[in-house]
Amino acid sequence: MNKNTLGILGLFILIFGITWASNENFANGYNMTNLVKWSSLYAIMGIGVAFVIITGGIDLSIGSVIGLVAALMALAIKQGWNPTLTVFLLLGLSLVIGLIHGLLITKVKLQPFVVTLCGLLFYRGISRWLTDNQTMQYPNTEGLDSFFSGKVGLFGQFSLPSPLFFLIVIAVLAAFFLNRTIWGRYLLALGNNEDGARYSGIQTDRLKITAYVICSFLAGVSGLLFAYELDSVQPAQTGEFYELYAIAAAVLGGCSLRGGQGAIFGVIIAAAVIRLLRNSINLVGISTHLEFAIIGLVILGGVTADELIKRIVAKRRTAQVNAAKS
Amino acid sequence: MPDAQPLLKISAIGKQFPGVRALHNVDLTLNQGEVLSLVGENGAGKSTMMKILAGVHTPDEGTIELDGRAVQIGSVREAQKHGIALIHQELNLSDNLDIASNIFLGNEPHKYGVLDRKRIYEESAGYLKRVGLDFPTDTLVADLTIGHQQLVEISKALSVDARIIIMDEPTSSLSKKESGNLFEVIRDLKSQGIAIIYISHRLGEVMDLSDRVAVLRDGENAGELVGDEITHDAMVKLMVGRDVSQFYNRTATPPGEVVLELDRLRTPVHPTVEISFNVCSGEIVGIAGLVGAGRTELLQSIFGVTPAVGGTMKLEGKVLNPRTSLDAIDSGVVLAPEDRKRHGLVLEMSVRENISLARLRQDQKVGMIDFRGEAELAEETIVKMNVKTPHAEQITQYLSGGNQQKVVLGKWLAMNPRLLLLDEPTRGIDIGSKQEIYRLMEDLAASGVAVLFVSSEMEEVLGMADRALVMHEGAITGELPRDQLSEEAIMQLATGKKAAA
Repeated sequence: MNKNTLGILGLFILIFGITWASNENFANGYNMTNLVKWSSLYAIMGIGVAFVIITGGIDLSIGSVIGLVAALMALAIKQGWNPTLTVFLLLGLSLVIGLIHGLLITKVKLQPFVVTLCGLLFYRGISRWLTDNQTMQYPNTEGLDSFFSGKVGLFGQFSLPSPLFFLIVIAVLAAFFLNRTIWGRYLLALGNNEDGARYSGIQTDRLKITAYVICSFLAGVSGLLFAYELDSVQPAQTGEFYELYAIAAAVLGGCSLRGGQGAIFGVIIAAAVIRLLRNSINLVGISTHLEFAIIGLVILGGVTADELIKRIVAKRRTAQVNAAKS
Repeated sequence: MPDAQPLLKISAIGKQFPGVRALHNVDLTLNQGEVLSLVGENGAGKSTMMKILAGVHTPDEGTIELDGRAVQIGSVREAQKHGIALIHQELNLSDNLDIASNIFLGNEPHKYGVLDRKRIYEESAGYLKRVGLDFPTDTLVADLTIGHQQLVEISKALSVDARIIIMDEPTSSLSKKESGNLFEVIRDLKSQGIAIIYISHRLGEVMDLSDRVAVLRDGENAGELVGDEITHDAMVKLMVGRDVSQFYNRTATPPGEVVLELDRLRTPVHPTVEISFNVCSGEIVGIAGLVGAGRTELLQSIFGVTPAVGGTMKLEGKVLNPRTSLDAIDSGVVLAPEDRKRHGLVLEMSVRENISLARLRQDQKVGMIDFRGEAELAEETIVKMNVKTPHAEQITQYLSGGNQQKVVLGKWLAMNPRLLLLDEPTRGIDIGSKQEIYRLMEDLAASGVAVLFVSSEMEEVLGMADRALVMHEGAITGELPRDQLSEEAIMQLATGKKAAA
């Protein structure tokens, strides 16, 4: 585990401890289950965008893709489509969305910010139009319900929610891909120095496209999870701003927007920190109006600390190298 | 005619960069109205020295005196205030602005923030006259040739009342005529009492122009030559620290089979120019020419990073048509690029990760990295290439230029190439590593690899090439076998004169 991940883990434990000490309701089974559930959902989005951020890019469309997938799922069921088939179609759709982002960014050479900002607007608009901007309830679809939003009871009121299992599978695969495969290594190399990677025979365009595909795909998965969790979808709001939580989790978790850096475990803990903060602010008795301000400050503090530590390490390294020389 | 008190006196200057001691205990003096040339091989510390004078870097130790008074030069602005102007090798003009605006850029006369346009245009005209540039002051800089742009840079220096003008490789992209023009201007400035520090690899120019020559080697003073002492051989001897014959002792062996065959190849930057030549197994071929002659672009087309737009290439008889560097690498063609930090390495990654970067694909097991094989490859390469690093996990950023280049070459040797392309292989590298890289080129050639290198350093081409191709404006203007290689012959061809048949 790297220093950054340790730091963020420490932050998590600190906030957890303070909240626990100040409100006895915090540690009850129901609240814990909720915390695990929402942290998992945030983490899945965060892992997706981490891949894009590692390439030095950004994806602002995550929240809208979540909204689109959730809306289309509700719409399809209402129209009497086979729910399981729809799930596969929607996952396919999110792959295609990622592919289009990737192609526009690598082949047409548009900036990731612009492409995905347009995506953010476009998918949201389409969702609202297709659903007539009507809030839709999720009808009971046997099987899928418990698959996406089920629980495995452990003890008392505490249970393990479905999204946690999704997260575990996704995180293991993602960490394996990033750390053990040649493509993960290539991704880190291209994030650090795209030209250098290209000159070493790495097909940088393909890898970048892959990163956007992964990101949109995980947004699609999140869309289904959120929809089933909320049991309804509001086309104008479901998933709104979630891309910002995802990006915040990735950045706090150790991804540099300059690219080339990222640790999956760090992103998961960071997602948990963000979720925990929202929970704590409520329970500790701070005005909920301050919620965003506090989350913003914590993230800013986290990345500042990270940057300062990095600078000290770099300085020490330079001094060592020079000392070894003379 | 040295004054009692020199205009500029630099004493015991030292400067460290991460992993590199760029300057150590360097002394330098400069008198009014004098042309002092600063020569030395790539990486000798010339540019660092000049950047210190121009306020780009601050020295770690030593003193700088102007007119006998110690000064601190903490920023470019302060350097300007002291009357020191640096004209970079790559010009720092804004293409989208006109001549006058460029001359006053950053120093615009104004009234309460409103530009005093009248003064800008009137005064600019005066400066243009002094450098003999006959253009309206509202001409866009983008419309000028590089030679003329350089004169705008000099005008800019005059506009801040520079007493010392430093020129870093000013002729590296100029035609012969433009260079001649520049020399006139330099003599003129000299007669106006301005002191010039002239940095160049072209020893011929240095001989013509200089009152005095200071030689740097590996960041230290290597010696000084005055007047008649300034000869080509004397300078080279000081630059390399021994007789040239000992430094470059390439003994060409008869070339083997043709490895690379270019037939009317056209590159995207010079799409109308056709290039044809061969490189044989065991041969070391140099490509000389001015900066901007299309040499780098040629290598990049052979390597597939900027694919050729016409013509054919063959590698050992088989058609080679790389559309990406991966195609070239798979065929056995590798490139150690000119810009090591941008193209050659992933600086933030370790020595191990850089060495294995190209080989990973070959050693993968269903996509998984063979970590043990990777570590072994890294260790082997470090030993074989004599990379000076504390361990394989060191971040390459912290290595010296020479060791970084060895990592780049190590990465490629792991691929067992048939054709090794090198673009400025020893730029920014200390003498020791330099010699190691030359030995390596020779060893590779001896083992049957074809080596094709581009170099702006005359001594390198003269010393290492079995055969030199000279390029000018995208075309090959001549080919010189080893026994006909000379600075004069290369410069003739490099500035566009066709080879005498």
